[in-house]
Amino acid sequence: MGTAEFFQHLMNGLTLGGIYALIALGYTMVYGILKFINFAHGDILMVGAYVGLFVFDLLRGSSPLGTWTVVAFFLAMLISMAVCAILGMTIERIAYKPLRRATRLAPLLSAIGVSFILSNSAAWMLGTQSRKFNYPFDNSSINLAGVIITPHQILILVVSLVMMLALKLFVDKTRMGKAMRATSLDQDTAMLMGINVNKVISLTFAIGSALAAVGGILIALDFKVYPSMGTMTGLKAFVAAVVGGIGNISGAMFGGILLGLLETFGVAVLGIPSGLKDTIAFGVLIIILLVKPEGLFGKVEKEKV
Amino acid sequence: MFNFFLLILIYTGIYALMAIGQNIITGYGGMLSLCQAGFFAIGSYATAILSVRFGWSFWATLPVAAIISALFGLLIGLPTLRLKGDYLAIATLGFGEIVRNILNNWDSVTNGPMGIQKIPMPTLFGLTINPYKKYAFLVMVIIFVIIAYILFQRLARSRMGRALTAVREDEIAAQSMGINITKYKVYAFVLGASVAGIAGSLQAAFSLSVTPGTYTFMVSVMVLCMVVLGGMGNFKAAILGTFIIQLISYFPQLTGLSSVIPPQFKQILFGLILVVMMIWRPQGLLGREEHTYGVKGGK
Repeated sequence: MGTAEFFQHLMNGLTLGGIYALIALGYTMVYGILKFINFAHGDILMVGAYVGLFVFDLLRGSSPLGTWTVVAFFLAMLISMAVCAILGMTIERIAYKPLRRATRLAPLLSAIGVSFILSNSAAWMLGTQSRKFNYPFDNSSINLAGVIITPHQILILVVSLVMMLALKLFVDKTRMGKAMRATSLDQDTAMLMGINVNKVISLTFAIGSALAAVGGILIALDFKVYPSMGTMTGLKAFVAAVVGGIGNISGAMFGGILLGLLETFGVAVLGIPSGLKDTIAFGVLIIILLVKPEGLFGKVEKEKV
Repeated sequence: MFNFFLLILIYTGIYALMAIGQNIITGYGGMLSLCQAGFFAIGSYATAILSVRFGWSFWATLPVAAIISALFGLLIGLPTLRLKGDYLAIATLGFGEIVRNILNNWDSVTNGPMGIQKIPMPTLFGLTINPYKKYAFLVMVIIFVIIAYILFQRLARSRMGRALTAVREDEIAAQSMGINITKYKVYAFVLGASVAGIAGSLQAAFSLSVTPGTYTFMVSVMVLCMVVLGGMGNFKAAILGTFIIQLISYFPQLTGLSSVIPPQFKQILFGLILVVMMIWRPQGLLGREEHTYGVKGGK
């Protein structure tokens, strides 16, 4: 494998990984605070992609590619983020909040239910055919010393980097971020310290869902939009979150990138047939669970009696 | 119409076997497994491949289907069952998808997305159990369900069932009482897998063809729904739940409203059932079956 080819795969892997990382953040944040897997996260991503698609098409009208389309694209992304944030908070309020003191199994089952409702309602109302997300800019590839890069890939890298940095700063530096960290450490103690835990949980769902919306739109540019698009992507992003150590925000970012690279190089270098591409993620999951179940950056939690 | 009702009953029987398996895993063991569809597929393909390619009779393929499913249950169970419940859900979900992925792509063995057709009908004492004449098949399926019900019911009341219940309620307490947690979890998982494999075998004999499209994640969720709706930890309830879910599934065709009702209606309803049951009636319609020991009639 030549250097150019290597960098080509690296670039493809990084962009794929960037998207996984964005989505993985939602899983990891919710898990960090509520200790359950939000199965509906992948479907929120799908809703985000649809909202983005509709709003963008509406704003863009038939105007040719230009500055306005780029502005319209980012506007559509913002609106989609807002819609998904509200959706995420609503789902939490209706389907998860009543189950906070229930058995461990209850919120999981409820989340599977929500996921089914979302994806099938979308299929019912919008049809199962896939739609194309129009590029907001000229996507002809750039040849950089043998490495072919599309503006779309640059967009993915920039957007996911900005989002992740913003989140990291928010969680590490702001008061609300501190409240979030406290809640994830110990909900009851956080409540005693005067933290509004319900608000923190709502906010967590809002942020996670908004990031999922971004991930959905970025993926949609590559693979089209359809009602079940969130399932597989969501699963893989979850694997990324586990690889990085679930509940750990930096870990989710790293896990996402790593998974993207593994998938790209697995197909390109190890010659894994692309039909079995999706199996790589689960293979990685099972290996990680066996060797280091707390993930690469996770803390080992001692069980207390 | 009546014929259609028979069809629903047959599917109730086939799915009841899977629901019984899910019940021992989730209802008793408290483990959220999402791959009954995977074991179902393995059972179906075992029967299809052995009978079409190698000319085995249905009855010979049946135990093999159960054993292969059980082996896969062991394969996926051993590494993952030592982990916390949530991981198991994802790992099993992934496993189900891998199975379908492989069935779809391994053309030389499974014939890819086309699937395997012309599976021979099962015969018994020289009589052919023709799935088109539904009575005989229904009787066969019912016998299977009764056997499975009795076996699993006995099992649940044995040491194993009590151990599983203890593990579900409190792993650490169970462990300190000397219960080997992993062992019992794996047992439950393997048993649940093998009964799903048998269901798959029956499915293959009933539809006389297998295609990967039959064994989607939807099937796993449907089976889960059956157990949740009926009541976790109660085999009668699992069968009742199966019947209700099958009625719901075929409701549009039964009432002749299939042109009005959207095809996604049943999936949306399954989702609603899961959410609503969890919030308002987590114990299911019938509730958990409590075993009491001691004087008959006494509590």
